[in-house]
Amino acid sequence: MRVRIWGCRGSVPTPGPQTVRCGGNTSCIEISLDDGTVFVLDAGTGIRELGNQLAENGVKHVHLMLTHLHLDHLEGLRFFAPLFDPESTIDLWGPRSPVVTLKERIRRSFSPPLFPIDLMDTPGRVNFHELPKTQWRIGEARLIASLIVHPGPTVGYRIEADGSSVAYIPDHEPALTGDFARRSRDWISGGSIAEDVDLLLHDAQYFEEEYDGRLGWGHSSVDSAMAYADAVGARRVVLFHHDPTHSDETMERLEAEARSLGSNTHDPPIVAREGMVLELPSR
Amino acid sequence: MATARSKHLVLILARELASNLATPTLIADAEGTLVFFNDAAEEIVGRGFSEIGEMPMDEFSASFTPRTRNHAPLADERRPTRIALEERRAAHEQLWVLSRDGVDRQVAITAFPLFAEADEFVGIVGIFWRE
Ligand SMILES: [Zn+2]
Ligand SMILES: [Zn+2]
Repeated sequence: MRVRIWGCRGSVPTPGPQTVRCGGNTSCIEISLDDGTVFVLDAGTGIRELGNQLAENGVKHVHLMLTHLHLDHLEGLRFFAPLFDPESTIDLWGPRSPVVTLKERIRRSFSPPLFPIDLMDTPGRVNFHELPKTQWRIGEARLIASLIVHPGPTVGYRIEADGSSVAYIPDHEPALTGDFARRSRDWISGGSIAEDVDLLLHDAQYFEEEYDGRLGWGHSSVDSAMAYADAVGARRVVLFHHDPTHSDETMERLEAEARSLGSNTHDPPIVAREGMVLELPSR
Repeated sequence: MATARSKHLVLILARELASNLATPTLIADAEGTLVFFNDAAEEIVGRGFSEIGEMPMDEFSASFTPRTRNHAPLADERRPTRIALEERRAAHEQLWVLSRDGVDRQVAITAFPLFAEADEFVGIVGIFWRE
């Protein structure tokens, strides 16, 4: 299994000289399996370049898994090449809502007056799937989606395939559930997706001192992210959803901060960088 | 591979709310298992949740020998927690309960179901009001 980061910025794209190393594109990662299955997680602006790459490689079928519909996880969809290719099929998965279907919720920002083209008029084939309540399989992969703490219906994903596992929880504020580090794992938000996972990509938008003024905004401090990684027994952590005000230098300080916290993960934590490729060996 | 079956997020959030309430509050999951009650409920229960742990809600309720206002046994199907679990609707009842500390108390219980996403029943909340 191979994980490639196409966008790891939180909230809003941040192009410019201050962010060239970590990148300015919003959330999007690609997970490709040995059998050729491609999962795309989230459709932030990073998905635009990914779409071009898929077209170049002749990939005609992808599974697009949305964690939630905040714009920084959706805004790139309008520029995703497979949508405009009549020979492409996208299986699009996302959280359920009590009132409006997934398709209609996505269409709100993918139709006039917010966008000149209506999602329904794009030539690529899109199959909408509201997420199953229990684990399910796509080819060789076993998937779990679970609601997690973030404003509005939001899920994290776990994908197990090729003998390893990845959990993707880009927007998450488990600190709102109290002292989660002292709870049993079944009482931890997203516990079933992150438990003992080989690779955890997790929200670490703030330094601890920044978090104080942003309680309830749906994101984690680096301290909270590392406490979470320890609580769920993650083996390796990639810190994700970088704050738009954080330059590359600031992100280096955040990475050093994460490493100074003395977690139990097997490898030292790293901050996500656009273009980063993580190979997961079969265990 | 993942083994633990996590509590539904709504139950996790309900527990955090209950933990901060001064009103005695309990939570049961969709299968009818008592999964939490808060410190405020300790006085009525007579013990802390950590001493009791998870148990079937029916067994927990029965241990209080719930009785009507006239001290007649309360039929199982009139227990608000049972109604919320089985009929998935809100229920309220005034009754007498005998706590584990041996004290007879007059309380009212309000229980209501919790639904998540579109239609998923995830459990119930029961709140005790001291009469
Ligand atoms: Zn976000
Ligand atoms: Zn978000």
